[in-house]
Amino acid sequence: MYVAVKGGEAAINAAHRLLADRRRGERSLPSVTIEQIVEQLALAVDRVMAEASLYDRALAALAVRQSRGDMIEAIFLLRAYRTTLPRFGSSEPIDTAKMHIARRISATYKDLPGGQVLGPTFDYTHRLLDPSLLTDEDVDLPSRKEPLPGASTRVSDILATEGLIEGDGELPDDQPPGDLTREPMEFPMGRDLRLQALARGDEGFLLALGYSTQRGFGRNHPFVGEIRIGEVEVELDVPELGFAVSLGRVQVTECQMVNQFKGSAKAPPQFTRGYGLVFGQSERKAMSMALVDRALRAEELGEDITAPAQDEEFVISHADNVQATGFVEHLKLPHYVDFQAELALVRKMRADIEAAQKVKAGPLRDAAE
Amino acid sequence: MTVSAPDTSSPGTEARKRAAGLLARASREELTGAWDALATKPDYTPVRGPETGLVMVRGRIGGGGGPFNLGEATVTRATVLLASGIAGHAHALGTDKPKVRLAAVFDALWQDGETRSFVESAILAPVEARIAEEDRQQAEETAATRVDFFTMVRGDD
Repeated sequence: MYVAVKGGEAAINAAHRLLADRRRGERSLPSVTIEQIVEQLALAVDRVMAEASLYDRALAALAVRQSRGDMIEAIFLLRAYRTTLPRFGSSEPIDTAKMHIARRISATYKDLPGGQVLGPTFDYTHRLLDPSLLTDEDVDLPSRKEPLPGASTRVSDILATEGLIEGDGELPDDQPPGDLTREPMEFPMGRDLRLQALARGDEGFLLALGYSTQRGFGRNHPFVGEIRIGEVEVELDVPELGFAVSLGRVQVTECQMVNQFKGSAKAPPQFTRGYGLVFGQSERKAMSMALVDRALRAEELGEDITAPAQDEEFVISHADNVQATGFVEHLKLPHYVDFQAELALVRKMRADIEAAQKVKAGPLRDAAE
Repeated sequence: MTVSAPDTSSPGTEARKRAAGLLARASREELTGAWDALATKPDYTPVRGPETGLVMVRGRIGGGGGPFNLGEATVTRATVLLASGIAGHAHALGTDKPKVRLAAVFDALWQDGETRSFVESAILAPVEARIAEEDRQQAEETAATRVDFFTMVRGDD
């Protein structure tokens, strides 16, 4: 019989003190600074911002440091922080066509306005460990070249001139976008809510689902129409002023996935699209998001729903890694009473079965003898 | 909330937007430098903040379609009232409260015809030049990574 007890306070305090020590590590080494994390572990910081759904590089770096580099723990810390702040409002929608471009590629058009600019990419590296990074050697400054005049036209606009691709997803003007941080989720949901959920969804989960669509589980023949990474202006309508002012810039990654579509009862043959938009530099996440966004449009486009990536409730309910880790990790907390109850139940069931077997076996054995 | 009376002599909305945007982009060092250079420091009272909160950043489906909520960003805002009765507002990404309070003071000083040219020359113009230089550097570094395709020479020619 288990009796409720209290305790563990001293052990918990000592554990947290030990955690602080291990987080600091060997004291003869310099402590890593927030600025160093922002500058040199920039993509880890970006991932934390994207999945915490909170753009603030300094706070994301603090979370990475505090969590000892555990990304989901860092995301959890930043999510918890955001709940302490009031919301001032919603920005004007950002305009990715006016992006200050740091990288822009298309897999569908070789020559396009603005050109193919690779930016700081891991692509085409040989993935060989670089021993020069074991020491602190000087790094060359980047090369420079005169930029091309004119804007980098969006690839979806190029395709649209032929009328062979669907438009951007329109919503009724008077309908404010849904916000899953304010209202409980209900299925089926609009594409606006799905994109919000995917933008903050776990990169690994979306990568696996996107991959599954390529391997035949909800196949949709994708091409990367365009990926662009860069800074965009964030504008807020300020009631005191009566107009929108710029708050500064944020970096985002955008992916336009173009998908072959043979047509259905609801739509003619054309190219359809999946869309990915993520805080920071996160190409893998933006591409995965675009694949999953397209897969989740199966119902809208009259496609058969046969694969996990097309199942809205399955995908959206399990994409959030803070929710997922909360439910999985709660299993390690004390369940002493629950388990005692189950133990008693299993003992009783076992005893009942053994008793029944004895009753059955008794007369039979007599007969045999 | 105290709001400055509409001043018909004030510059247009575009000029105010430009000033607000540049004050949002100014660093705390740039603002304190300008404050230190100010001959007569104005008296001001804080009306609101500086306080940090969130703004939900919206994107558009497909890049140009209906809006959706991408995620939030930290924003700090402040409103101050100068002794002259002019209210200054400032909003900027991030959590730097001293910076945003100073930005609100300079927003008010910019609205005052007597101090506008100081704000322009001590902050707005230098910040604008810095941003232009940063953008130019970034654009040139990015342009150096542009792919120049060329056609392979055919072997049977």
